[in-house]
Amino acid sequence: MNQGSKKTIKTLCFAVLGMFTFSFALVPLYNVFCEVTGLNGKIELRATNDKNIEIDNGRDVSIQFVSHNNEEMPWAFRPSEDNIQIKTGKYHTATFYVKNTTNKRMVAQAIPSVAPSNAAAHLKKLECFCFEQQELAPGEEALLPVRLIFDDELPSSINSVVLSYTIFDVTDYNDVEFSQHHNDDHHAGHEMEPSI
Amino acid sequence: MSAVIESHNHDDHHHGPAKGLTRWLYTTNHKDIGTLYLWFSFAMFLIGGAMAMVIRAELFQPGMQIVEPEFYNQMLTLHGLIMVFGAVMPAFVGLANWLVPMMVGAPDMALPRMNNLSFWILPFAFFILLSSLFMEGGAPNFGWTFYAPLSTTYAPPSVTFFIFAVHIMGASSIMGSINVIVTIMNMRAPGMTLMKMPLFVWSWLITAYLLIAVMPVLAGAVTMMLMDIHFGTSFFNAAGGGDPVLFQHIFWFFGHPEVYIMILPAFGIASHIIETFSRKQLFGYASMVWAMASIAILSFVVWAHHMFTVGLPLAAELFFMWATMLIAVPTGVKVFNWVTTMFKGSITYETPMLFAIAFVVLFTIGGFSGLMLAITPADFQYHDTYFVVAHFHYVLVPGSIFSIMAAVYYWIPKWTGNMYDERLGKLHFWLSFIGVNVTFFPQHWIGLAGMPRRIPDYALQFADWNMISSVGAFLFGASQILFLFIVLKTVMGGKKATPEVWEGSRGLEWTVESPAPYHTFTTPPKVN
Repeated sequence: MNQGSKKTIKTLCFAVLGMFTFSFALVPLYNVFCEVTGLNGKIELRATNDKNIEIDNGRDVSIQFVSHNNEEMPWAFRPSEDNIQIKTGKYHTATFYVKNTTNKRMVAQAIPSVAPSNAAAHLKKLECFCFEQQELAPGEEALLPVRLIFDDELPSSINSVVLSYTIFDVTDYNDVEFSQHHNDDHHAGHEMEPSI
Repeated sequence: MSAVIESHNHDDHHHGPAKGLTRWLYTTNHKDIGTLYLWFSFAMFLIGGAMAMVIRAELFQPGMQIVEPEFYNQMLTLHGLIMVFGAVMPAFVGLANWLVPMMVGAPDMALPRMNNLSFWILPFAFFILLSSLFMEGGAPNFGWTFYAPLSTTYAPPSVTFFIFAVHIMGASSIMGSINVIVTIMNMRAPGMTLMKMPLFVWSWLITAYLLIAVMPVLAGAVTMMLMDIHFGTSFFNAAGGGDPVLFQHIFWFFGHPEVYIMILPAFGIASHIIETFSRKQLFGYASMVWAMASIAILSFVVWAHHMFTVGLPLAAELFFMWATMLIAVPTGVKVFNWVTTMFKGSITYETPMLFAIAFVVLFTIGGFSGLMLAITPADFQYHDTYFVVAHFHYVLVPGSIFSIMAAVYYWIPKWTGNMYDERLGKLHFWLSFIGVNVTFFPQHWIGLAGMPRRIPDYALQFADWNMISSVGAFLFGASQILFLFIVLKTVMGGKKATPEVWEGSRGLEWTVESPAPYHTFTTPPKVN
């Protein structure tokens, strides 16, 4: 085999390895892309650290809360209020009612989504039950808070925003992904985390 | 270039093939390996075809009559996987093995031992895949596109075997492509510049680059599935922070180039056959090369047209719609060139030419329905209906498969030294041609009328066309037994073929005797 062939083979092997790596790189790329553009209604699963977000003369925005149960998730899960008016640049705390209706201890994870998707980047949370998993004893109920704010850059065409949460049963595989990272670094995001 | 030939010494330089079964097990000869690939592909074509017969038998009438819905889903999934990875792709690799070295004037493929390996791992991959039929929970049942979470959270336990099988198929394809590229780039006969290469070689060079680029992405996708299923990761699991839509992006980033992998070699084959039987030089050689290259490049930026309905933003839908429609331009150039080559040619209609002409006409029909599907607002209506099924079967069956059959009829005299039976060949063509159209044309109508794909039962108003479609499928299926008979008959004997075989044949492979000697071009030919 001559030099030319060896060089071609080497190049091609690198290309194969490169493309295999690229397929995994697509995962963070996709998440970063969705986060930057706000596509897919993705919203950061971490607390905002923007200190200058509060302003006094914000405009009115209506926010609707929606709750879903994923698949066979049996918990009762609903927003305390369906629809409220808030002002941009002002913090507001909303609550969701949740109850473990089963007779076994269960762990849940709520995943948020924002519509329209270009509002997602402007909806910031100081605190949210979706940052952590929720563990409830049989029959236990709770009011879960989310403290949120719209920054002033919310596009003026948007007067109404839907914030929806889907609650997932993660009893079988909790402590694997989320809790690990939350123990390490309470609210810091990692590459897999901010999604939907 | 001569250094290539000198350093490329076989032990068995001056004698024929070894005897017995080990000839096939240990062979490093490109012609032997090409034959193995082609027979393997034929076997898979018949197995995948039998599964299609089960599907069409169930759909013969509305209601459930023959199989359980769960088994129907398994048949649907395996039919797709086997036809794509077991029938079409290995057939093209087999043709590449037989033809590329002879067409570029090389003595063999560049990496003969890897060539042996890349073939012999394939039977294991498909043994694993097919054995999942007998496992608890049954074979994979999530469709050939294996969308998560159907293929992760809700998959049968056999999904792990499926993942392993896909890894092996991917490894085989990657090794095959490396071999093809190294052969073409480094072992061409003196004087054979890139723009003098036969178009089949060009088509395979581009295909091999596509395979190198996307098979690792497929491997990545199934690896992520494996990790989600067994190692607690959440690539595609929303509860853990993943995203099922991400799966579709990764899959179709592989999947769209994959559909061109299954058609580009067909473009090369059609070009040779139309040129030969029109007895004219091919019209627009350079534009053919550029058209294939453009199609290949564009194939990387159109993937999301498979997922218009997942909730893409308007800008993305417009981009993917226009990028997809842009592909019609180079494809149109190719169809124009084929038609222009035939224009005022002294055409004769031997079996390969019949298949090639049918390829041009029917592939174009499939291309047009593809354009309809590319229109985003219309796609919302067509999505997941039988219209899509009709579209991709038109480009794959009378597209890829007809081109493979055309290639077999065209080159089999060179492979075996015997002419095939022209009357039987024509009979096979007409049965297949009628069968394929009766099967798939009505599926356009029932699709537009709203019949969803991948469902074992359907509403009563679709009954008539489904029955006709099934009759066509049985005809097409049965006519492939005739194909098997014709091939076997040609292998056993027949009218002896001359070296050039066809009156208008051009290219280095027609300068050697028929059948082609076990070793060809051990001293490189001089091109022009």
